[in-house]
Formats: sequence, C-alpha cells, structure tokens
Amino acid sequence: MEVKDRLKIQRHKIPERDPVQRAECFEEVALGFDEKLAVGEAQRCLQCKKPVCMDGCPVAIDILKFIRQVTEGDFAGAARTIRATNSLPAICGRVCPQESQCEKTCVLAKKGLPVAVGALERFVSDYDQRYGLTDGMTPGLPTGKNIAVVGSGPAGLTAAGHLVLAGHGVTVFEAFHEPGGVLIYGIPEFRLPKIIVRQEVSKLANLGVEFALNTLVGRTISVDELLKDGYSAAFLAPGAGVPAFMDIPGENLCGVYSANEFLTRVNLMKAFRFPEHDTPVYCGKHVAVIGGGNTAMDAARTALRLGPEKVYIIYRRSELEMPARREEIHHAKEEGIQFMTLTAPIAYRPNPRGWVGEMECIRMELSEPDASGRRRPVPIEGSNVVIPVDTVVVAIGAKINNLLVHTTPGLQTDRRGNLIVDKATQMTTRPGIYAGGDIASGEATVIAAMGQGRAAAKAICEYVK
Amino acid sequence: MPQIIEKKILAPRTNYFRLAAPLIAGHAQPGQFVVIRVEEGGERIPITIADIDTGEGSITLIIQEAGKTTERMGLLRTGDEIRDVLGPLGMPSEVGDFGTVALLGGGFGIAAIHLLAKALRKHKNYIISIIAARTKELLIMEDEMRRVSDELRVKSDDGSAGTKGLVIEPLDEMLKTGRHIDRVMAVGPIPMMRAVSELTRPYGVKTIVSLNPVMVDGTGMCGGCRVEIGGDTKFACVDGPEFDAHLVNFDEFIKRNQMYKEYEKLSAETCRLATAADALASAQVK
Ligand SMILES: Cc1cc2nc3c(=O)[nH]c(=O)nc-3n(C[C@H](O)[C@H](O)[C@H](O)COP(=O)(O)OP(=O)(O)OC[C@H]3O[C@@H](n4cnc5c(N)ncnc54)[C@H](O)[C@@H]3O)c2cc1C
Ligand code: FES
Repeated sequence: MEVKDRLKIQRHKIPERDPVQRAECFEEVALGFDEKLAVGEAQRCLQCKKPVCMDGCPVAIDILKFIRQVTEGDFAGAARTIRATNSLPAICGRVCPQESQCEKTCVLAKKGLPVAVGALERFVSDYDQRYGLTDGMTPGLPTGKNIAVVGSGPAGLTAAGHLVLAGHGVTVFEAFHEPGGVLIYGIPEFRLPKIIVRQEVSKLANLGVEFALNTLVGRTISVDELLKDGYSAAFLAPGAGVPAFMDIPGENLCGVYSANEFLTRVNLMKAFRFPEHDTPVYCGKHVAVIGGGNTAMDAARTALRLGPEKVYIIYRRSELEMPARREEIHHAKEEGIQFMTLTAPIAYRPNPRGWVGEMECIRMELSEPDASGRRRPVPIEGSNVVIPVDTVVVAIGAKINNLLVHTTPGLQTDRRGNLIVDKATQMTTRPGIYAGGDIASGEATVIAAMGQGRAAAKAICEYVK
Repeated sequence: MPQIIEKKILAPRTNYFRLAAPLIAGHAQPGQFVVIRVEEGGERIPITIADIDTGEGSITLIIQEAGKTTERMGLLRTGDEIRDVLGPLGMPSEVGDFGTVALLGGGFGIAAIHLLAKALRKHKNYIISIIAARTKELLIMEDEMRRVSDELRVKSDDGSAGTKGLVIEPLDEMLKTGRHIDRVMAVGPIPMMRAVSELTRPYGVKTIVSLNPVMVDGTGMCGGCRVEIGGDTKFACVDGPEFDAHLVNFDEFIKRNQMYKEYEKLSAETCRLATAADALASAQVK
C-alpha cells in the first residue's frame, strides 16, 4: 500500500460497551478490535525508517515489526515480537497511558491521530491468549540459584518472569491472599478483567515460579533471613503502599474511605457481590471522589456501578492538569460522573447519625506553575460551598510503606521516602538487593514498574553469575 | 494453608485453635495479631495472637463467635486447614521493668493479657490480674491466669465466678485506697477499655489498650483501621494495635467500629440460611 493510501485511512475506534448499559455493570468497557479492524488500523502505520514511536515505549517493544506482522495477518509472529520485551502485554494494552508514550511520539500524531498502538497490542495479546500462540515458553537451564521477589505487582511479576526464563529458581512473596498487586486490588474489573491477571500469574506458575502468599516480608520473614536461607539476591517491589489523607476535619467520619480501601473492598474482596461475598462496602446516594488521577477515575466509576444518584470528582486544579489518562476522563464523563474542578474540600461534617453528611469546599484559581510544572491552585477567599454527600473517597495519592526499610539494615531512601537505586541496575544501597516499581520511583505506571523489573532481572542475572 | 493442630471449645461460642504456622510463631511477639480469611469469598478479620510456641512452631488464637467469619471458624475442627493466615502484624507490646502492673482482661481479651503476663514475668514486675466474664461458664483461662499472676481477682456479672461486679471495680478500689500502680493494661470489649481509661485518667496511671478496628489488609495499605490518637490519625494495624488509652478518641472509635453493623447482620443471616439450606439438601440426599 502506498503512503498516500495509508494516510487516507481513518483511525479505527475501539468498540465500547454503551455508557448507559455499562454504568450498571462491572463488565469490561472496551471491547477490543476484531481481526478486520486490527488489520485495517495496522495499515495506517507508515513503517517509518526511524520509528520514533519506539522511543516512547518504556520497554522498547519493536512496534514497527509487530504492526507489520499484523498487516500480514501473522498474529502469532506479532505476539512473539511483543512478548520478546513485554511480559504482560494484555495488561499494558489496557492500562498503559499510550497517549503520553508510543502514541505521543507516533509521526501521525502530529498530523492528526496516531496509530492505535495500544488497541493493537491488546488485540494481539488477546488473540495470543485465545489461541495459545506463544504457549510453550520453557524455563532456561537451571542455574541452581534462587532469587526472592517481594511483591507481586507488575514490577515483581515481570522480574519473576525474566528470572525464571533465565533458569533461576524464583519465589514471589506476597502479603495478600492473591497475587497481582494494584492490578488485582486497585484497577477495576471493567478496565482490566481479573481473569487476564490470573492468566499471567498462572503462566508464571507453570514456568516454575513459586508464589508464597500471605507472607509479609519484614514481619513474617525478613529480607536478611531470605538471603541467609538460600536466596542469592532479592528484588523488592512492594509498591507505594500507604494512602495519603488531607488531614482536614471530619476525615475519619464513617463513610469516608481511602481509594485503596474502597477499591480493595470492591475488587479484591468483591464487595459488589455482598452478601454472596462476605466483605461489604458502603456506597450512599451522593458520592464525592477527591483527586484527579487514574485512581480517582477508577474509584468514581466503581462507585457509579454501585448505584448512587450522583458521583462527583472534586479536583483542586483544572481538567487540563488532571494526571489521569484522557481516555479514563472521557469514559468517566460519558458514564455521567460530574466534574467539579478548581474545588477542594476543607472539612467534612456529620449527619445526625454521625456519618459524613456534607462537605465544605472552597473554590480555587490557578497561579504560577509549581515544582511539578503544573499551575499551583490557590483558594479564592469567601468562595466556600457546601455539598451534601454521604460517601467520600479520598484519592490523592500514596506514600511509601517503610516496613522493608525499617527491617532491612543498609537500605537508603531519598527525601520522599523512595528507595535509592542505581538507575541502570536498580540495585539499592545494599549489594544483592534490588528494587523497582512504585517503591523506587514514587507513584508511577504499570509499564514503568515493568521496565524496572526487567532491568533488575537482567542485573540480578549478572550479579549471581 | 496452616493446619489446626488442636481445636477446643473453651466456653460457649469461644473457641481455641492452635495452628501450625512456624514462620509466624518464629517471629511473633506479645501484642501482635494475624489477619485470617476462612474460605474463598470470606472476609479478612484481625485476631490477636493468644500464645506462641516456637518449639512446636505454632500460634494460638482464641476466637469468639460474633459474626459470620468467626462462626465459620467455629465449625472447623482439629486437622482442618485455615485458608489464609497473615502475620505477625502490628507493633509488639512494650515489655520492661515497670513495677506493679495491673492487667485487665474481659472475655476473650483474657487470652491477650495472659500472653503479656508471661512476658512481663521475665522482667521485674508485680502482676495483678483482674479477669471477668458475664458468667462462670463464659470465663476462660482462670487457672492459667493464676499461674502467671502475683494476685488474681475474678469478677462476673452474676457472681457465679469470683465476686459479683465489673472488671474495673477491684482496680477502682485499689486506686481509691492509694495502692501504687505503675501501669495498667486492658484488653476486652470497647466499653470496658473505655471505662478503664476513664478510671485511671485522674490518677495519671499510664494505661494501654489494644484496639481492634475493622481492618482489610492489616499492612497499612488501606487506612480503614484509622484511629485518632492524641489528635493525630494513626493506622491501628501498623502503628498499633496498642495505644495510650488516655489519648484514644473513643467516641470516634466506637462509631467507626459500628460502620458495618447492618451489613454484618445481613451477612450472618445469609450464612445461616445457607447453612440451613445445606443441611436440608444433605438430608434430602440421604
Ligand atoms: C486505582 C489505580 C489505578 C491505576 N491505573 C493505572 C493505569 O491505568 N495505568 C498505569 O500505567 N498505572 C496505573 N496505576 C499505577 C500502577 O498500578 C502502579 O504504578 C503499579 O502497579 C506499581 O507496580 P508495583 O509492582 O511497584 O507495585 P504494586 O502493584 O503496588 O504491587 C505491590 C505488591 O506488593 C505487596 N507487598 C507490599 N509490601 C510487601 C511486603 N513487605 N511483603 C510482601 N508483599 C508486599 C502488595 O500487597 C502488592 O500486592 C494505577 C494505580 C492505582 C492504585
Ligand atoms: S487494615 Fe488496612 S491499613 Fe490497617
């Protein structure tokens, strides 16, 4: 096909469940390309000599090659190309912020709409899963070395995959009763079906990765004990951990949740199926979610599916500054979530039963950009408003859980509490102990966590040689 | 999955479980707890570690049947396994040479003060234990408590065990008559812990209580267990569960603990219906 013909093809929209219907169920919102749409979209790729899209990918997927393979109908080849550098493609195809990565640097982005790389990645991985195209991966020749991985989020799973393929014995220690980290307890079913995470975990288990669940490293066993117990190196990937609160009056009232708690109750503990499942969640008629990131969008859209009358997103800057993926903001609005931007809560007050009954907010305006480069919100005096709410979900970010730092001598942290690691190898300030994911980078993304897991696995292979 | 080495019924609806859990036993200290989940689809609930046997590699849990999960636990027998047990969690009790220590235990809280008493005996302490239950039938571990205490007082609501009255009465008397007490530790139902706190406050006796808020993960990840201590928010699962009683905002704590009361009733009800249906179904099969 000629370039000018390729340029004529419109970007294919990924089919989605109808907003009204989906606001009542936890089924996945995006439905994915079929073969025809996938090939059609892949044909839009200009197969650039210098594929700048690949510069935007944190795990350097050979995007050019896999898209060419899709145009040729070689979906198995495409799946192998992706799997060569990305061990969790069905997950990344769903949750990566492509608009600020590969699809941002795609040359077509400058002229209009970039190639839908994310949707194609997702199509190829789902096709792979359905037909078992890349099954039959085998672990490397046994090296006789054992590696301990702490935490089973994307960083831990990725490292475990690379290490087992290199022939090491791998044990993943996880505090929860189910592996997956944020992929299981945080990101909701309608955005990332849990079956996909479970499939990836069982692939690893089939390769020989051991999962030691219900094991809180630092309490059940220490990192140093693991290193004495026959593990030659450790990779720490416990995530960010502790939910932040705003420290304003009334934040401990009944009905006020952290996003972590709200989402864990619904996703991991399946509170949306209470009382069939034992864990309840309280969702009233008027729900306010505080924050503007992916977590806030997930919490708001999760709340919406529990049947309230109104769900608000309260964010102190404007929509432009929201850190959430554009697609999620768009989905949230489509489903009927009301955005109150340039607004911040200053107090919660109880109803006669002693539960949260209303929140007082103040309006904000934007001034000069702060250290993060975003314009700083400042309160407008006298602009207070009171909003009736009976459920509040605070989604303003997370702080580091310092359990591992406190129980492992020699680990150093930076000012923000993140573990200090070598940029190239992910090694901490203690030889043989590596770290990656949110613990090392602060709150980031699934793909960044995976990139660090992969880098650490490589360095660990060298270290234990 | 940890296996139950021994299950006993200590009192009506109060069960004793000794679990094979070598890693937990090897790391646990008095004051810490575990989070358990009995079955797929079950809730995660915190339970205080009531005893530790590092030789056998076991921990003991004493569980009062109070809701669906604890009732399900009650159905398990010696040899059964518990699906999920995570621990040890939380900060250990502070143990040292305190002098005269009064330990107050109500109901299943007696198990917790028993373990603490054993630890305190290894230091220079004179231990006064005061234990109570509604009736003699419900009183647990009286003999064990006698063995680890220098003085033991027993109270019950109806006078069937020890003398009639509340667990705080002997302490009240001691303080009123000027008996010197260096430290008080109370574990039991919330109203009891609160009453002890109010009692000792005017005397300025350092008082520790063990709080048991609703928890999910037990590792500091969700903040569901937050409690107000001296005006600051703390996470009971990592900063506690033991706190200075005089700093606890009990009003807030009680409110938060009741957040799911309605749901719990519903859950227990569905559970009973399901059990009844199971029984009916198996009867029909026979
Ligand atoms: C609601 C929500 C939505 C998000 N949406 C997106 C998105 O759309 N796209 C995106 O790219 N990113 C998203 N993110 C961010 C992304 O999920 C994280 O950056 C990523 O999961 C970090 O991975 P990780 O492996 O470092 O840790 P985590 O995924 O946090 O996993 C850490 C695991 O370690 C376990 N653990 C912790 N401490 C211990 C210990 N001491 N011993 C044993 N186990 C331990 C934890 O239980 C957990 O399972 C979202 C985050 C949230 C909360
Ligand atoms: S129980 Fe979740 S933070 Fe304490």
